[in-house]
Amino acid sequence: MKIFWIELYFELKKNKGSMVGLFIIGISLFISIFAPILSPHNPAEVFPNALRIPPSFLSGGQNQFFFGTDDIGRDIMSRLIYGSRISLSVGFSVVILSLITGTILGVVAGFYGGLIDRFIMRLTDLIMSLPSILFAIVIVAVLGPGISNAIFAVSVVAVPNFIRIIRAQVLFEKNRQYVQAAKLFGASNFKLMFNEILPNCMAPLIVQATLGFSDGILNCAALGFLGLGAQAPMSEWGTMLSDARSYIESSPWMVTLPGICILLTVLSFNLLGDGLRDALDPRLKKQN
Amino acid sequence: MKFILKKFFDLIPTLLGISLICFFLIRLIPGDPVLNLVGERGLDPVKYLEMKKTLGLDLPILEQFWIFLKKVIQGNLGTSIVSNNSVWSEFIERFPATLELGLIALIFSTIIGIPLGIYAALKRNSFFDYFLMSASLIGYSMPIFWWGLILILIFSVKLGLTPVSGRIDLLYEVPTFSGLYLIDTLQKSVLNAEGLKPFFSAVSHLVLPAIALGTIPLAVIARMTRSSMLEVLGEDYIRTAKAKGMSKKRIVYIHALRNALIPIITTLALLFGSIITGAILTETIFAWPGIGKWIVQSISSRDYPVIQGGVLIISFIIIFTNITVDLIYYILNPKMRN
Repeated sequence: MKIFWIELYFELKKNKGSMVGLFIIGISLFISIFAPILSPHNPAEVFPNALRIPPSFLSGGQNQFFFGTDDIGRDIMSRLIYGSRISLSVGFSVVILSLITGTILGVVAGFYGGLIDRFIMRLTDLIMSLPSILFAIVIVAVLGPGISNAIFAVSVVAVPNFIRIIRAQVLFEKNRQYVQAAKLFGASNFKLMFNEILPNCMAPLIVQATLGFSDGILNCAALGFLGLGAQAPMSEWGTMLSDARSYIESSPWMVTLPGICILLTVLSFNLLGDGLRDALDPRLKKQN
Repeated sequence: MKFILKKFFDLIPTLLGISLICFFLIRLIPGDPVLNLVGERGLDPVKYLEMKKTLGLDLPILEQFWIFLKKVIQGNLGTSIVSNNSVWSEFIERFPATLELGLIALIFSTIIGIPLGIYAALKRNSFFDYFLMSASLIGYSMPIFWWGLILILIFSVKLGLTPVSGRIDLLYEVPTFSGLYLIDTLQKSVLNAEGLKPFFSAVSHLVLPAIALGTIPLAVIARMTRSSMLEVLGEDYIRTAKAKGMSKKRIVYIHALRNALIPIITTLALLFGSIITGAILTETIFAWPGIGKWIVQSISSRDYPVIQGGVLIISFIIIFTNITVDLIYYILNPKMRN
């Protein structure tokens, strides 16, 4: 397993894009871990005398607010820094939730086949036939707005991708000799599924998990923007954007900056995902 | 024929499932559905029971679902709590706006995306190829709710080129003919009264939303065209055509592009869903009076019949579009028949 990761890293290193992605992810991870040290102010602190101050590099800016302040006088830079915490943990939660659910359902569907398989696949068809944001909106409409409901909704939407990928891989692996051998040795179905087959489905799973990160972050930010995700005063980037909308003419920096953060984070995971796919593909071909 | 029948047969559980989701949507909301509908002020007990009866909520749940299904099939999707209009008529009123925006966005992304993809494939590994692929990845990662705002910031606020929101200047009154303003503004009565001004007003309102909505499809189409072209260009029959001394233009446009188009067309159909998703966000930003904005508004006003009906109609439209594409694909591609 260790060799797998080392090999993967060297394969990945050949791809410039994925290295850029990894670099940005590293930085945002660093920023979100050390947010309390890095941010100049408390993200919730209100400076009543400093409403909508432009960034310090523009005319009218103040040095203590590098990226300026928002409509009620909070430091935008600190809010963006703390926002990276929210976005990364949102992405992480979405991936973990959908990965676990999707993997279990996918392995079961592929392994057992028959009626269970058909039921699970119908369910995935159902979710996939609705546009992702719309389905998430429906869930949030039922559960009520809020960040945890948004995470749940976005995870549900992401599950079918994992089910499909895992199921296809399981269908391919389950008739191979090592599985037959384990069966002859008397391994239980549970053991066959999760100890024998699943470790061999890692490659596509890693790629999908990485891409799931970007989808999760983007969809949660979109829900936040629509007022259905994180609620004010949380410094979530999508929510910040939606608050800033009314000030687009007078204070454009309030709109520009959170969006750049979303774009960079989403882009970095997409770059890494693309690179991983290229790096893992020859391995998949070798297997066949 | 068998294929078509099977396809339609496969649809039934999905349609039922979606109806079931929409049915339970109102019933799963925490709290009493009747009180949810009347709001916070509450009702006296007699009226409460009366309302429960008119809503059919006193019946067993299976019977309620059956009644709901019957109503859906008859096209009765309930009435909006806010406006008291039927959900269906509200939908019909707004759908052309979304259709117009979506179609223009798709046309925009196809017209630009396909040539870019072809060119990148022909100049593989060139600077242009790398540039286009990076740009398309950025486009693909774009949070369009932000992208729309940036477009407004640049083109409406800074440059003053386009209006910020809406479909047309309020000055002009356009009689409804197709519901698509680009067509309606060209009606004789409008042309006689105002000339081409209303048409150009409609165009200028449409440009930014269409670009915002078309950006992700554009990125997907450009990437898809490139990889599809590269695959086809590596085929044996292209080499044969080259060996025969055929001109490069003819090889690319007659032989390669035709075959490369098949997966591109499938991608286009799959993009329909993402257009609807995008429309929800784009319409919110540009105050575009379509179904996306309608749904978002109905959520903030807790207009549950509209959410229920709207989601139902949109998902049915998507499902039927997908199946139509499957059928067209089946007819176009004889290989599928075996």
